[in-house]
Amino acid sequence: MTVGPVTPSTETPSADEPAAVEGRSLGRIAWARLRRDRVALDGGITVLLLILVAALAPLINRVFGHPVNEYHQDRIDPNLGGIPPVGTWGGISSEFLLGVQPVTGRDLFSQILYGAQTSLLIAFAATVLAVVIGIVVGVSAGFFGGWLDSLFSRFMDLILAFPLILFAIALISVLPPTRAFRTAVMIVVIGGFSWPYIGRIVRGQTLSLREREFVESARSIGAGNVRIIVKELLPNLAAPILVYATLIIPTNILFEAALSFLGVGVPPPTPSWGRLLSDAVQYYEYDPTYMVVPGMAIFVTVLAFNLFGDGLRDALDPKANR
Amino acid sequence: MSTHTSPDRTTARPGTDELLRVTGLEKHFPITRGAFIRRTVGAVRAVDGVDLTVATGETLGLVGESGCGKSTTGRLISRLLRPTGGSIVFDGRDITDLSVRRMRPLRREIQMIFQDPYSSLNPRHTVGTIVGAPLRVQDIPTPHGVKRAVQELLELVGLSPEHYNRYPHEFSGGQRQRIGIARALALRPKLIVADEPVSALDVSIQAQVVNLLDDLQRELGLTYVFIAHDLSVVKHICDRVAVMYLGKVVEVAPRDALYATPLHPYTLALLSAVPVPDPDRRDRAQRERILLTGDVPSPVDPPSGCRFRTRCWKARERCERETPALRELAGGHLVACHFPVEDAERTPRGRIAAHLAAADVAPATTTPA
Repeated sequence: MTVGPVTPSTETPSADEPAAVEGRSLGRIAWARLRRDRVALDGGITVLLLILVAALAPLINRVFGHPVNEYHQDRIDPNLGGIPPVGTWGGISSEFLLGVQPVTGRDLFSQILYGAQTSLLIAFAATVLAVVIGIVVGVSAGFFGGWLDSLFSRFMDLILAFPLILFAIALISVLPPTRAFRTAVMIVVIGGFSWPYIGRIVRGQTLSLREREFVESARSIGAGNVRIIVKELLPNLAAPILVYATLIIPTNILFEAALSFLGVGVPPPTPSWGRLLSDAVQYYEYDPTYMVVPGMAIFVTVLAFNLFGDGLRDALDPKANR
Repeated sequence: MSTHTSPDRTTARPGTDELLRVTGLEKHFPITRGAFIRRTVGAVRAVDGVDLTVATGETLGLVGESGCGKSTTGRLISRLLRPTGGSIVFDGRDITDLSVRRMRPLRREIQMIFQDPYSSLNPRHTVGTIVGAPLRVQDIPTPHGVKRAVQELLELVGLSPEHYNRYPHEFSGGQRQRIGIARALALRPKLIVADEPVSALDVSIQAQVVNLLDDLQRELGLTYVFIAHDLSVVKHICDRVAVMYLGKVVEVAPRDALYATPLHPYTLALLSAVPVPDPDRRDRAQRERILLTGDVPSPVDPPSGCRFRTRCWKARERCERETPALRELAGGHLVACHFPVEDAERTPRGRIAAHLAAADVAPATTTPA
């Protein structure tokens, strides 16, 4: 069968470039849009720096800090009851970049550094867990519908209505307080309660995508449900999932800090921003800097993630919020 | 729009090999209430007893207004939906109740072209992935690789093979529809169900795509079921036309017979509504236009007897009692009506009379649910 081009399309593609070029994928268009968004870009760079700092904490600490649990009693002013550090601003000096802890004299810089590790590890792992559960539940509810959808949707409502903090305190405080175990439990609790946010978005998107003609077209060529979900739906769900994952990371950081603040976070002596903050409450009259430093760390991290997430959403879905 | 019409088309019914036979086809969508325990409280009778035959190599047009069930019929024929009644025999095999798995090899022979070129192509895939998907899913051997096969298909539909790596959003509506056609052709199907393939396109592009479909049919020996609501497009491409109203076929005829001598009052009204592009004749056409009163009744609770009776100016008591069967009145010309249109009604005088009579029909007593 020799068939040449018949009734060639008279419209030329919007191309002014020469032939055989790569098409511009939606991802690349979004990236181009994101690159023009200064605020989001700054947020993204801060996020990257934070991840880098957490990952390279031991290395950075060796250059700029002191061992985490090394006591520097000489930095504590003995004339003031042995509580506040020597000097102004919590004892900030060229040797102790963020000052020292009251009473013990531990280096606050290294505490913040390792605290970033704890915070980011728990927040990221919990988010990954939330995304995985959210995708599985959301896609099945949206794609298969019917009683499965009713069941999963009510279950998500139930979890969102749960008194989460009380449950977390009750659960964690009765479990053995070893470091690895506590970390795992926190990841499971935080992830296990934040997945409905992803699940709802994914369900809604799946519901609308399912009705698109390209799904019918995939069916008409004989594709099964698995192929339709993996090849047709998931690529279209990637953008909202990425955006909402970026936006629940800061929430999870705050939640981890809150649990640590309430004394049910990772056990001491593992550094944690939340516990530094709760520790600082005792000394804020003598050493307010001690409270400001971990507070700023949490604030900057959460702000950076939020700005980046918002920018990402605008870049991936220019129709929303404009 | 009629740029070229091959003369052999006018005689209609090329060949007599029957490729598709649809008998008493039904699709009732249940209406359910309740969250966990769903009970059925009614049914939308979207397709309610459709009989059709399609011969190899011909184009059957399926026309009717929005919501009459023509798209559902198309999706039933291509088995995207499972019929709730009746039978579909394709190429001698009964495919009515085939499971998804058993239907899979048959997908090669029945393909669809979709209405909306914007939603029928996955925005995340390149043209190469989209057109190559049927080959991959069905494990079609490609001697020179999938890429070559896809590029040949792109050429076949008048696109450049260089478009292989591009994304759908980089194309215009007409080009996207060509991509959809290339995908449908990838499996070399025998039957293509085209669901309003040009109604979402600019009029100038419509002609190109219709002509492309026409050329492909001749070159590849395709059979089309062409769903449309634009009667001039149907007149251009179809050999035979079936008119649907509220889930039923009311008239089937060779194209020329249908346009020259419509037998069902609904067809007469439908044809009189075709816009006349000539300003000199427009006023006259308007006076002869049969404007139906009221809306299409609800398919949840269709009228008894003849479904068109609530809007028909010829309806009598018998139409309420008896459902008219599809019967052959002339060669290949079938109509489901107790009182078919007579020659006198097709004269200008008769049409004006029908125009006045149709306007006087009292609005339907059956209220839509």
